[in-house]
Amino acid sequence: MAQHSRKGAQFQALTANRLADGIVVYLTADDRWSESLQEADVADGKADGEALLARAQATVATNIVVEPYLFEVTRDEDGIRAASVRETIRQAGPTVRLDLGKQAELPGVHR
Amino acid sequence: MYRYDEFDHQLVNERVAQFRGQVARRLSGELTEDEFKPLRLMNGVYLQLHAYMLRVAIPYGTLSSKQLRMLAHIGRKYDRGYGHFTTRQNLQYNWPALKDMPDVLHDLATVEMHAIQTSGNCIRNVTSDQYAGAAKDEIEDPRIVSEIIRQWSTFHPEFSFLPRKFKIAVSGTPDDRAAIRVHDIGIQIVRNGKGEIGYEVYVGGGLGRTPMIGKKIADFVPKEDLLAYLEAVMRVYNMYGRRDNIYKARIKILVHEIGAEEMKRQVDAEFAEIRKTGALHLPAEEVARIQAYFAPPAYETLPDESTELNKAVLADRDFANWVKSNIAAHRVPGYAIVNISLKPIGGTPGDCSSDQMDAVADIAEKYSFDELRVTHEQNLTLADVRKKDLPAVHAALKAAGLATANINLITDQIACPGLDYCALANARSIPLAQQISERFSDLDRQHDIGELKINTSGCINACGHHHVGHIGILGVDKKGVEYYQVTLGGAADEKTAIGDIVGPAFTEEQIVDAIETIVTTYLGLRQPGERFIDTYRRTGIDPFKESLYATH
Repeated sequence: MAQHSRKGAQFQALTANRLADGIVVYLTADDRWSESLQEADVADGKADGEALLARAQATVATNIVVEPYLFEVTRDEDGIRAASVRETIRQAGPTVRLDLGKQAELPGVHR
Repeated sequence: MYRYDEFDHQLVNERVAQFRGQVARRLSGELTEDEFKPLRLMNGVYLQLHAYMLRVAIPYGTLSSKQLRMLAHIGRKYDRGYGHFTTRQNLQYNWPALKDMPDVLHDLATVEMHAIQTSGNCIRNVTSDQYAGAAKDEIEDPRIVSEIIRQWSTFHPEFSFLPRKFKIAVSGTPDDRAAIRVHDIGIQIVRNGKGEIGYEVYVGGGLGRTPMIGKKIADFVPKEDLLAYLEAVMRVYNMYGRRDNIYKARIKILVHEIGAEEMKRQVDAEFAEIRKTGALHLPAEEVARIQAYFAPPAYETLPDESTELNKAVLADRDFANWVKSNIAAHRVPGYAIVNISLKPIGGTPGDCSSDQMDAVADIAEKYSFDELRVTHEQNLTLADVRKKDLPAVHAALKAAGLATANINLITDQIACPGLDYCALANARSIPLAQQISERFSDLDRQHDIGELKINTSGCINACGHHHVGHIGILGVDKKGVEYYQVTLGGAADEKTAIGDIVGPAFTEEQIVDAIETIVTTYLGLRQPGERFIDTYRRTGIDPFKESLYATH
């Protein structure tokens, strides 16, 4: 599977798609899967990132999510932000049809 | 159009039941994702960025009104009220849940539809000319051959695990509207000196990361031998196509590596072998049975001129503009082919709401013998409309927001779903198409520019056919940021050409201005009567390079 995190990324979060409906989710600090990036556990540094990925992979057998992977995030006054266009779109929906879905519910994420 | 027989019904219903069991076993954990993925892909179910995506097969792009109404219903019930028509004449839903998928497939099966052959390394859904049966210079309706190939290829055990996916397109007229030369096999229906109908066969065309134009390896395959000949091509490919490297696995790489002459020799040898051992002969009565499904509808005898039409053209400028760009000549006097643009200014190319689908279904039922077509350029076609009904059809389309008058003009663009939806994409396509559409929204300007095809893909896989756009745009990713590479001079018709890369890629902020610079350069260079592609072929790339990069 493709790598979505930059080598040497400082902060990373863990994402996957929910098995039953494919919706994008994030692993939280208490090992739940949340639809909100703002609830994601953020790993600081490489070792922390590897531990986060290991926690996610352990849950794959429970059939809640598929294809978990790490991706780079940044933190600012607005909270957690995805570093790449791709992960920003996964977080906040397509940049088109702004009348529908997450893109309508999370205005301001697409800059 | 073709109607299912008992075998088709049984086949599709059994497949739905089988997939229902597979989904249940996946959700309960009996099947792992690795086990399940190839099974879902065989049923057209992909996992994209935000959700699952279901690709529904529309064989050779032909639909009944009833089928379109079912697609509308599924969009409403299981999706977000819309669907997306693709460059393979199919329909994709962007948001269905996996748990609902068996019900969606069940609903599709009630109108003789499915998602078979829309994914996987098999012979994919056959594509063809949207003007089939109605085109003026048609030698034979290409849907007959397309349907025969569909029946032959569906679940064909020998061709279900090919080195890679395999796409076949058929054209029944010398004007190629099905892009047959960029398919794994392109079939051109021809007539020989004796007046017999047969097939010219092209192999090894394709887009993607290694674009290739198909090479002609047969001038005339007789009708009864078509399946045997295709079988010979498939066998050579199955035997020698590369399975060790996914990027070199398509037949175009094989043809390129061994050469067209050697490919022809191998296919001819295999064909001779098949004939020796009892060829797969296409019985004339079976061809006649399929042909009967595509018999011409009950056309009325009409004068070719319609006073109603002529009056409306004079009275209504919007209507006149629509007639000018969206109507094509029909082979039967008094009839016209209506193209419905799915490219409203600032809209998403190929998107259609469930309400719009219902509206088109009603219009097709009332005015076009209950049937319509999907085009590989992501529009819809009503193939058989009386000229005198055109004002009423236009009014009904207008009420549904479907009367955009821009077929073959600069705002009639092809765009793949891109990074807004697709897990493979590197960059967005749709917003770019929307910005270009807005920039060139003025209709007088569009008509002044004339025929110009802009195709955009969000990655090298080229679902947006960028290589064969007069202007092609390819989105690339540079360290998480989108850039756009431009090609010029591509074409997907009977003079198929792969576009030339004009120079370094543009940023998202620069790209629309760059397109405008290209258009302005063309307007400055063109000679009377020249389309963009004609000017480009005459002048070459240099003047465009100069104007694009001189100031950079």
